[in-house]
Amino acid sequence: MEILLCVIILFMIIGALYSLHAKDLLSALIACGIVGYSLVICFLLLKAPDLAIVQIVVETITLIFMVAIVLNSTREEVKKQITKRAFVNIGITLAVTIVLVFSFNTAIEALNPLGSHTTRMATEYIQGADKTGSANLVTGVLFDFRGYDTLGEATILFTAAIGVLTVLRLKGRQ
Amino acid sequence: MSKIVKTATGLLCGVVFMYGLYIITHGHLTPGGGFAGGVLVAGSFILLILAYGSDVLMLRKEETESSVTESSAILIVLILAVIGMFAGGAAFMNNYFQFGEVGELISAGVIPLYNIFIGMEVASALLTIFLAFVIYKKEVLK
Repeated sequence: MEILLCVIILFMIIGALYSLHAKDLLSALIACGIVGYSLVICFLLLKAPDLAIVQIVVETITLIFMVAIVLNSTREEVKKQITKRAFVNIGITLAVTIVLVFSFNTAIEALNPLGSHTTRMATEYIQGADKTGSANLVTGVLFDFRGYDTLGEATILFTAAIGVLTVLRLKGRQ
Repeated sequence: MSKIVKTATGLLCGVVFMYGLYIITHGHLTPGGGFAGGVLVAGSFILLILAYGSDVLMLRKEETESSVTESSAILIVLILAVIGMFAGGAAFMNNYFQFGEVGELISAGVIPLYNIFIGMEVASALLTIFLAFVIYKKEVLK
């Protein structure tokens, strides 16, 4: 299964890189869709159907939004020239990547393998059905143990809607 | 849009809407919950608007209504959380109802209520954003 995950993640990286370098904005968007929908398959393989449902639905809606906006805009991207500064950036990126891979390598030896938990809270969550009464453990965690997180997410969405209304409706009136 | 798109949308959007409601109300039993179901419900409305289109006046009315729904839904979530603080224990968002049998549709205390109102909030927020974009485009281009 890990090999399959690696192949899918490779697809995601290729899609992300293509979407950065595509000339047409619409094809860049469709390459972004590759990233999102591959993530859905990753979640399903890792046995997280809750996340998979949320990801596939939100991905579809945001894709519709972005396609609708791109179809009404210029579509062509402005060309950029490679300067000396680009080489400095590439060097910094390589250095940061090497440091990250090194620290990841040292950290992974101290961690448990994926799926086996030893922390105290994880054990509490798994016995959560008795404490919250909800058969779906994820919902039990979201609305009971981690209620503040859910409230924060809802507040973020509320703020986003208010912001969009503030920006767009003012301009529409002028 | 063409007649094929309109007919297919008319057949499909009801099914999408019912599926969203199912995901919301069964959030404490099966995978899913308020967020996923809310986005599905918003998606069914967005599908209708994309296929049939409608004039700006009607859309503007819908936009104010969905904005009001969104604000009141998140207010109700906050009120539920504060009631939990006063009803039992001193914890914010306390689960103060009786749990009932694990696995039944009506069980898990307040969690289904939170699911329903978060679903309302998410659905109307996404619909409001979409409607704001549509109205902006129509008003600016004219």
